[in-house]
Amino acid sequence: MKIAIPVDEKNPDSSVCPSFGRTPYFAVYDTDDEKTVFFDNEAASAQGGAGIKAAQLIADMDVDVLLSPRCGENAAEVLNKAEVRIYKTAAGTARFNIGEFKAGRLTMLSDYHAGLHGHAE
Amino acid sequence: MQNNSVKIAVLSGKGGTGKTLVSVNLASVAEKSAYIDCDVEEPNGHLFFKPQNVCEDEITIRLPALDNELCSGCRKCVDFCRFNALAFIKKRPFLFEEVCHSCGGCVLLCPEKALGEREKTVGYIKRGLSSKVKVSTGIMNTGEASGIPIIKKLLSGADSEKGAPVFIDCPPGSSCVVMESIKDVDYCILVAEPTVFGVHNLNMVYKLVSLFKKPCGVIVNKYFEEDNPAEEYCREKNIQVLCRLPFDNELGLINSQARIAAREKDKYKELFTSLLEAVMEEVQHETAANPQR
Repeated sequence: MKIAIPVDEKNPDSSVCPSFGRTPYFAVYDTDDEKTVFFDNEAASAQGGAGIKAAQLIADMDVDVLLSPRCGENAAEVLNKAEVRIYKTAAGTARFNIGEFKAGRLTMLSDYHAGLHGHAE
Repeated sequence: MQNNSVKIAVLSGKGGTGKTLVSVNLASVAEKSAYIDCDVEEPNGHLFFKPQNVCEDEITIRLPALDNELCSGCRKCVDFCRFNALAFIKKRPFLFEEVCHSCGGCVLLCPEKALGEREKTVGYIKRGLSSKVKVSTGIMNTGEASGIPIIKKLLSGADSEKGAPVFIDCPPGSSCVVMESIKDVDYCILVAEPTVFGVHNLNMVYKLVSLFKKPCGVIVNKYFEEDNPAEEYCREKNIQVLCRLPFDNELGLINSQARIAAREKDKYKELFTSLLEAVMEEVQHETAANPQR
C-alpha cells in the first residue's frame, strides 16, 4: 500500500505541509518495502486548479491513502473518484503520521474546504 | 477616440465606499449617457434608475462535453489544460466546470473528436432607459464562479451611443472582474473614504490602475475634516483629488432610499455637475497628452 503526505522538506522527519495543493513536495511511503520516495509537486506553482493537479499527481502514482491536514473540495473530488482515501494528519512529522496511520489512530478527513484561490495564510 | 464614447470607470477597494452613488449621479447629470453596472454579483444601480422598457439577454459560456464512446483515453486534453480544469480519472477526462475558462483548446486538440461543446447559462443582462440614461445591468446567477463572461458582454456594446459618456460601475476590490471592467476605459475614478482603512483600499485600486496605465483621480467620500489619511496618500502619490463629497445626512438618506440625489435637489445637481466637468477636463487633458490611447 502507498501512502502520500504533503511535506515541507524532502526527508522523513519533515513537518507536514499545511497546504495539499501547494505543498512543495510529496513523500510517498510504500508499506511493502517500507521505503519513502519524494516527489516535487508540479502543481505548487500552478496559477489555478492546483488542488486538482496535485490530486492528479497522487492518483497517477497509484497512491492508496493520502495523509493531509486539510484538502480542498476539487482535490477531494478527484481523490474520491480515483479511490484514494484521505486521512487527517495529527501534529508531528511525516514519519510520526505514517506510524499513527498504521496504528489506526488517524481519522478520515471529511470536511473539505472551498477554494482558497491565493488567499491562504 | 473622438468618434467613440468616453469611458469612465468608477472603482473602490471595498464595497460601500460610494461607487454607485458617484456613477449613478454622474450619469444622471450628463446630458445623455450610458450607465453600466459591472458589479454582477450584486448590481444595485438599477434600483436607483428604475429603467423602463427593459429587455433581457441571457449570457452563456461554452464548456467541453465528452462523448464517452469516442474517447480513447489519450489524456491529451488533460495535459493541455493550463487551468487544470480537467482531471484524468479511470482513463477518462473529468471536467471541473468552475475552473474551466472556456478557451476551447481541449476541443480543438482532441484527436478522436470526442470533445464537443455545450452551452451553460451563467447570468443575464438587462438593458433599459431611465430619462436619457441607457442603463445596463449584469446579473450573475447564484453559485457561478466568474462574472467575466457577463462583464465582457456588457462592455462589448458600450460604444453604441456616439459621443455620450459611459460610466462603468465596477465591482469592489481589485480582482479579475475589476480588471475586465477597466481594461478599455479612458479614465478611472477612485472613490475613497477619508480613513486609514480607506487608504488601505485606495492603495489597492491605485496599484491596479497604475498597472493598467490608466489616468485616474480620487473622490473623497464621507468627507468631514480638512486633513485626512486619504488626501495625505493622494499628495504623497501625486494623485489628483477631483472632489470631496460631504459626510452629509441628507445625501446619505436620499442615497440609502435608492433615490438619485442629483435628480432631486439642485445643490446635488450642482455638486455632481461640477464633478463631471472636472472629470471631463481630466479626460480631455489625458487624451490630448496621450493620443494613442
